Amino acid sequence: MRQELVLLAVILLLVILEIFMSNKKALVNMAIAFFTIHTLIGFIPLEDGSLFGGMFHTTQLIHLFKNVLNVGVLIILLQSAEWIKKEIVAQHKSTEFFMLMLSSLLGMYYMISSGDFLMFYLGLELSALPIAALVAFETSKRVSAEAGIKFILSAALASGTSVFGVSLIYATTGSIYFSEVAELLTYSNLSLVGFIFFFSGLAFKISLVPFHFWTADVYEGAPIGITSYLSVISKGSAVMILMIIIFTVMTPFELVTGKLLYIVSIATMFIGNLFALRQQNMKRFLAFSSIAQAGFILLGLLSHDQLGISTVVYFVSIYVFTNLAAFGVIQAISTQTGKENMDDYNGLYRTNPKLSLVMMLALFSLAGIPPVAGFFGKFFLFTAAASQGLYFLVFLAVVNVTISLYYYLLVIRAMFLRRSDNPIPYFESKFTMKLGLILAVVGVLFIGVYSPIYDYIYQLSIF
Amino acid sequence: MDILSLFVIVPVITILVLIFSKNLKQTRVIAAVGMFVQFAMSLNLIFAYFKEKQVNDSIMVFTKDFLWFEKFNIHYTIGVDGISVAMITLASIVVLAGVFISWKMEDLHKEFFISLIVLATGVFGFFISLDLFTMFLFYEIAVIPMFLLIGIWGSGPKEYSAMKLTLMLMGASAVLLVGILGIYFNSNADGGALTYNILEIAKVNIPVDAQNLFFPLTFLGFAVLGALFPFHTWSPDGHASAPTAVSMLHAGVLMKLGGYGVFRVAMYLLPEGAMTWSNFFIVLSVIGVFYGALAAIKQTDLKYINAYSSVSHLGMVLFALLMLNKTAWNGAILQSLSHGFMTALFFALIGMIYGRTHTRDVTKMSGLLKVIPFISVMYVIAGLASLGLPGFSGFMAEMQIFVGAFQHPDMFHRVATIITVSAIVVTAVYVLRVVGMMLMGPIRNNEYMELEKATWYEKVGVILLLLPIVFMGMTPIWLSDMIRESISPFLERMM
Repeated sequence: MRQELVLLAVILLLVILEIFMSNKKALVNMAIAFFTIHTLIGFIPLEDGSLFGGMFHTTQLIHLFKNVLNVGVLIILLQSAEWIKKEIVAQHKSTEFFMLMLSSLLGMYYMISSGDFLMFYLGLELSALPIAALVAFETSKRVSAEAGIKFILSAALASGTSVFGVSLIYATTGSIYFSEVAELLTYSNLSLVGFIFFFSGLAFKISLVPFHFWTADVYEGAPIGITSYLSVISKGSAVMILMIIIFTVMTPFELVTGKLLYIVSIATMFIGNLFALRQQNMKRFLAFSSIAQAGFILLGLLSHDQLGISTVVYFVSIYVFTNLAAFGVIQAISTQTGKENMDDYNGLYRTNPKLSLVMMLALFSLAGIPPVAGFFGKFFLFTAAASQGLYFLVFLAVVNVTISLYYYLLVIRAMFLRRSDNPIPYFESKFTMKLGLILAVVGVLFIGVYSPIYDYIYQLSIF
Repeated sequence: MDILSLFVIVPVITILVLIFSKNLKQTRVIAAVGMFVQFAMSLNLIFAYFKEKQVNDSIMVFTKDFLWFEKFNIHYTIGVDGISVAMITLASIVVLAGVFISWKMEDLHKEFFISLIVLATGVFGFFISLDLFTMFLFYEIAVIPMFLLIGIWGSGPKEYSAMKLTLMLMGASAVLLVGILGIYFNSNADGGALTYNILEIAKVNIPVDAQNLFFPLTFLGFAVLGALFPFHTWSPDGHASAPTAVSMLHAGVLMKLGGYGVFRVAMYLLPEGAMTWSNFFIVLSVIGVFYGALAAIKQTDLKYINAYSSVSHLGMVLFALLMLNKTAWNGAILQSLSHGFMTALFFALIGMIYGRTHTRDVTKMSGLLKVIPFISVMYVIAGLASLGLPGFSGFMAEMQIFVGAFQHPDMFHRVATIITVSAIVVTAVYVLRVVGMMLMGPIRNNEYMELEKATWYEKVGVILLLLPIVFMGMTPIWLSDMIRESISPFLERMM
């Protein structure tokens, strides 16, 4: 509970300071400083335990995962600081930005720590609603408002579907506590329908095919900081809770889950990758790439053991840093020049070599090219799937890795190979942006090669 | 510091120093020094290997083992046998020559040399690895810089070629990954722990079904890099678009990873799969040998001629490996080495000729022997080595390949061998045709009277590559000793 309380304290502190402080730009820095302190406190070890009669529980793995989310949000805040100061402070709503984002993070904490379906639902809603406001934050832009509406509709539909599924499961078992449901749940048509509905709700969050339609539009319309938040933090925590529930609660459906995940992962990988091929807008491009990545994550979920859990958590952690490095570069360029298209990146290396290199590392990591972290993450996910004898699925996945390499190379081609008459001029980013990018790059470079990280995650990967 | 890890550490240090270089002069000196150290180390390694072999009788020497990922039993395991020592020497010589050939690289010189050395790091790491995971990792590190090297510094349709090459090779490596995972999860067939260690897996009898399933995947994964027909199409385009040093490194070293991987991983670990599938792949490789040679006849672009000739020569390496006997394997490895030096020399010379005449079209050139004698004579020598003239490396290699291939008494192998032998004649045709058209005859273009003679750095690069070709042709005893000893464990696996 400590993580939650400290985060709540940060939020409340911001509310109070908002009232008394007139210098809003300083408040932005203070908010980041507070959140940094919160992140650091998170690294102090915490005992396992449960509260409220089992409604809330935490294990070492969940604690670790919250720390990963913290670092991710910290990077996002650092990367967004410049944009907030430039665009949002003038509209007198910079503090709202922080409060909404941190409330949503709080919701994710509750969601992944939940011990019953009520807490799960509460966390789900708390994490989704503030994001809807944030997606529509740039009220002056029509796409942003449109994205906000799209997001809130699909989020509402998703959580509604989920809750409907939960109600069916409640009807068959008479309990909403995970531990009791796990004991009482048996395989029946009704409970199966409940499970499928529940799964669909979360599939919206993770943007698995066929529940992915909102992704590209929302990613494109939302401010970049929010897009990166959606693509890593929101997706990561949804994967985590899906994994917990599938592995601990929905055990009677193991066979069904296997087939379901098998098909959904193939569809998600292919659709995500094939649609990404022709995208021009960098945010849309990364939206489809993130759909495809979600397909890869499902490969790890197919292995119902410590190996599967550890590879998924490991991959998601790597994915957080990788995607944030990519989005960071997009944000840096967009804040300075307002350009977001792939053609605008032509000749970027010759004017902004450092940003191009960061982007290249991030894309290599997404494509799974050594020695950056993404290679290890993907390799281990494939190992987990292969350990179940699913060689054909692994084969399809590696076919997809090759497809994805093509469009990642398109960006590298634009930055390194092409020349442009009108390249993005050289610019110096603000300190916060640099720090955010450096943090992300350090993660991309070291999480893979430094093997104790994986071994540590593996030890903790027990529910 | 152990003698083998230095082969990875020295390039990495060179790269780190290169980052701080200020101008072209510094860059090329740093790169040359780093790669010269590498070259000296590889010569030292040959002597150290012979010395060690007298006291140490194990399959691999200089082995070192560090645990990396405990859960998956992934180790950083290194060690060499005679084959890897020979390959490392080949790589270090070609890379050093490549640095000299790129002496005048103007555009983004720092990035060029860094990418080149990243590629070299991957190659050296691949040859010293004994762990499938690290081997795979280095393999990918070696392939990916090609995209930038061809795309930025190449010529012609460079974006297309770079993309095609990278995607085909990475696609192959993706298939290879499935094969490696298959081997890994069958490595406990005798009750031991799962392992990626090649020497450990070689002691295990992997079930025949699994071998038959994963052999083609592993074989294809590597053989695409070895330009197996019909997956060779990346090679001509890639070579033609790449800058000189990259063509050299690519044809001379990177494509050798293919043959080496087929031998060390696919055949050594999955011998029964190899027996099941050998006839199928022999057909493909024979087509490759013959088709490559025929295609080379029709080309007029020097680089395309050489690229198709590479397809043909490397097809012969795969053909020899699939013969599954000692003599042919000996020949295959010699052919790999010989082709490595020879084709690197070819590409270096083509680069020099192109730099002077600004064309690679053989029909437009004539009489070059009179104006640039050094380059021309070297080209003739490389050509003669390529068509297998006794006294050069190619003869030794091809002789052994055909002797080995003829040891199979059945009709299928006989026919395959005869077709492959006849490809040699075709080779002679395209080599001599180029020499005749380009080097002999009157000088028809007056601008060619003014061509610049070879500079000192070009001569250094060329002579570096020429010496091993002559050496291998004249005194192959050392090399044969090294290779013969190392082949015996492979033979035992096949029995």
